[in-house]
Amino acid sequence: MGDIMLKTENLGISFGGLKAAQNVNITIHNKELYGLIGPNGAGKTTIFNLLTGVYQPTEGKFFLDGEDLTGKTQEAINRKGIARTFQNIRLFNNMTVISNVMVGLHNLPEYKCSPFASMLRLPAHFAAEKKMRDRAKELLDIFGLKEDRNTLACNLPYGKQRKLEIARAMATNPKLLLLDEPAAGMNPHETEELMNTIRFVRDNFDMTILLIEHDMKLVAGICEKVTVLNFGQELAQGNTAEVLSDPRVITAYIGEDE
Amino acid sequence: MITLIDGLSLGSIYALIALGYTMVYGIAKMLNFAHGDVIMVGAYAIVITLSYTASPAVAIIAAVILCTILGVAIEKIAYKPLRGASPLAVLITAIGVSYFLQGIAQLVFGSQPRPVSAVWRQLPKIPLLNDLGITTAAAVTLVCGVIIMVALNLFIKCTKTGRAMLAVSEDRGAAVLMGINVNRIITVTFAIGSALAAFAGMFYLFQIPNAEPTLGAMPGITAFTAAVIGGIGSIPGAMVGGILLGVVEKLCLASPLSSYTVAIKFSLLIVILLVKPTGLLGKITREKV
Amino acid sequence: MKNFKLKHFINYAIVSALLIFGVVMFLTGNLRPSTAQLFAQMGYGIILAVSLNLVVGFLGELSLGHAGFMCVGAYIGGLFAVVLKQSGLDMKLPVLIISMLVGGLFAALFGFIIGLPSLRLKGDYLAIVTLAFGEIVRNIFMNQKVFGGAKGLTTGTLIYDTRKSPTLFIVVFIVAILMLILVQNLVKSKHGRAITAIRDNEIAAKAMGINVTFYKLFVFVVAAFFAGCAGVIYAHTTTPVLYSFFSYNYSIEILVMVVLGGMGSITGSIISAVFITAMNFVLQSQLSGDLASLKNVVYAVILIIVVVFGNAPALKSFRERYNISAFFERFRKQDASKRRDDEAKWARVPSKIKMDALLSTDMAPDSDESIHGDIGADNDKGGNK
Repeated sequence: MGDIMLKTENLGISFGGLKAAQNVNITIHNKELYGLIGPNGAGKTTIFNLLTGVYQPTEGKFFLDGEDLTGKTQEAINRKGIARTFQNIRLFNNMTVISNVMVGLHNLPEYKCSPFASMLRLPAHFAAEKKMRDRAKELLDIFGLKEDRNTLACNLPYGKQRKLEIARAMATNPKLLLLDEPAAGMNPHETEELMNTIRFVRDNFDMTILLIEHDMKLVAGICEKVTVLNFGQELAQGNTAEVLSDPRVITAYIGEDE
Repeated sequence: MITLIDGLSLGSIYALIALGYTMVYGIAKMLNFAHGDVIMVGAYAIVITLSYTASPAVAIIAAVILCTILGVAIEKIAYKPLRGASPLAVLITAIGVSYFLQGIAQLVFGSQPRPVSAVWRQLPKIPLLNDLGITTAAAVTLVCGVIIMVALNLFIKCTKTGRAMLAVSEDRGAAVLMGINVNRIITVTFAIGSALAAFAGMFYLFQIPNAEPTLGAMPGITAFTAAVIGGIGSIPGAMVGGILLGVVEKLCLASPLSSYTVAIKFSLLIVILLVKPTGLLGKITREKV
Repeated sequence: MKNFKLKHFINYAIVSALLIFGVVMFLTGNLRPSTAQLFAQMGYGIILAVSLNLVVGFLGELSLGHAGFMCVGAYIGGLFAVVLKQSGLDMKLPVLIISMLVGGLFAALFGFIIGLPSLRLKGDYLAIVTLAFGEIVRNIFMNQKVFGGAKGLTTGTLIYDTRKSPTLFIVVFIVAILMLILVQNLVKSKHGRAITAIRDNEIAAKAMGINVTFYKLFVFVVAAFFAGCAGVIYAHTTTPVLYSFFSYNYSIEILVMVVLGGMGSITGSIISAVFITAMNFVLQSQLSGDLASLKNVVYAVILIIVVVFGNAPALKSFRERYNISAFFERFRKQDASKRRDDEAKWARVPSKIKMDALLSTDMAPDSDESIHGDIGADNDKGGNK
């Protein structure tokens, strides 16, 4: 157990000739709240896709808690401890809220039970189901979704869908949580609530969090450090307040003065 | 060599049918399972017309007109109400239409096979080719098939409607915003696809002794396979796939493995898809995460 | 929780009711051979529809080759049973059960093979591969002398005399019930959730660490196993077992059962399997000669009307007013307004806050918002190509 949770070494990917990300070096310490910002098309989501195995990096490596996860499949990376949410919410829409969270619990060793045990309704099945349901209820309670647990995920209001996605990611018991634009589409009040949720997750689960966000209030409010990406490359890195006042960053966002 | 020419000619029939599948798929994003039965209707139209008149030209025109009207009618009645519904619902409706056409054909024409009129078989002799062992039917099919395909390509590339079709298949939403009447384009697509099916039915009559209500099933399914091999939605892909399957089929039939022709044809599909999941000329689409 | 059990119970009840009905008819001497045949057909129809529903409704992959698995079961299980008989084992029931296991296992093996492309192919491409698989299987069996070649596999010695004993359809329905128990247990478990999660959102399922490869193969294998069992039953009711029966038309008929019954609804699959089998039977016995083709027409018209009526976007409000669940909801006097409230809220949520607009007010108070306002509307497109 080192102090460094995530470390990327010259991470990059190119699609054909287009270098969507290159030479990205990010180091995130344990329990840090880290922001990844940049203008549209800067390659932020691409970095997330690299870190979760959706894309395989064409250059560089990344390490989680000292372990090299480069080249692993999405499933394997999740099991090693990286969980994520998506920019455009991806819930299991036709399943209930509690089932969504229980899918997150699926791979944890304490709920192990073979398909045949389930088909034959062996005791292992009942034990696992009960434990999973209890744990899912606990998680939903923490995220204030307990009342909605039997609603279909697609019928939840928007803010709660975002929360459910975080709850589902947390159910996989990750070491590192990646949040892709958690505040997108939220009004200021909902954003405020979300900031509280994120802080709460960090403090209560001792979680390391990396988030992409466009809402600078949120980033300035909760992130300790940020990396700014532009055209797939790092533009600036460091403490949030310093980086956000860096003239280069402002130029990247708003453009040059004529 | 002769087998190869036969294969090319059968292949151009498959290509014509496959074009119907692929165009409809590209533009309406649906698998038109009833397409094979439009071929059957076209073939019957020719057989029936020839039993009244001796003129093949009249028969061909009748078949093309009938199939075009039929294709448009199917689209308006069965598919249009389902625009925006789940693809599976549309697929099932298409299957229903296919059953319907087969059933109606059986009712009207009877389930007994109808012999193809002798007029159809009497083709003028082409001295040089026939001496080489190439039948006139094969030559006619191949030449006409190529002409039709070239004409179709010109239509798509050089006319406004053709370019609108390309636009709709590329991005329907954007096409609507550009002021293209998508409903009209879909109707035109069905009309063209069905007219091609009529030609295919016509040429297919050279290949079979009798017209039966289920005659469209096998060429239909083979051509569908051809469209997928070429990359469904891609017009050149449909042509390549169709000709490939036609040649493979004839080569198999001429070899000792002839009884395994069907298995070989479909195995080819599976192998190609496993190597190239979107077909030979299909576009690889990456799902956005 | 209570609701789930009720649902399970309904499914078992339907199948048991059919079984009891058949036995009563037999005991009172009213069971004609053709009716017994119908019962057996309903039995394997249910097995086929429910197992296909597992693939189409729960896993969300379109399969057009289900009859291919049935074909494998019928030929291999049938041949195995015939050989068992010839080798002196002249007890019908053990032969039926053993051959069913053998046929099912072979079909499961084929299910594994056809499941492999499903890992690489999606949607329509996979559908055409399953269809091709069905045709390949047929073509291969047709050419094997062991299986009777083009004349089909003679299974005359296996046929049950339904006038003397109702064993066959009792076995069929018991197999159907066993299958229901296994399938429903699977669906209502963590594995069932994983499978539906893959259907709902494969990308998210992968991100949750679900082993998509395993579950896809697993579902194909289980579904193929049961289809194989259905094939063995078929071999015990019909002689000869002929390759032409298992054409893609039959696969599609099974698919129609699943779609009409409602994807992902086991009760629906059972009811529509019974209904469609019965309808085919009635139409076949009522219409003779050239009119027999009217069967296809009637069948097709019903199919088109049901699907268009059930799915056309234009008829949505009509459906919502007059559907069965709405009726029950009114009956239970449940308040539907709560859900509608949420939907309304959904509509009010702004699609996406334009961050550059926000930013320009935060970080550069002097700049003009309207100039930069539009840039934010576009999501990270460039980075995701």
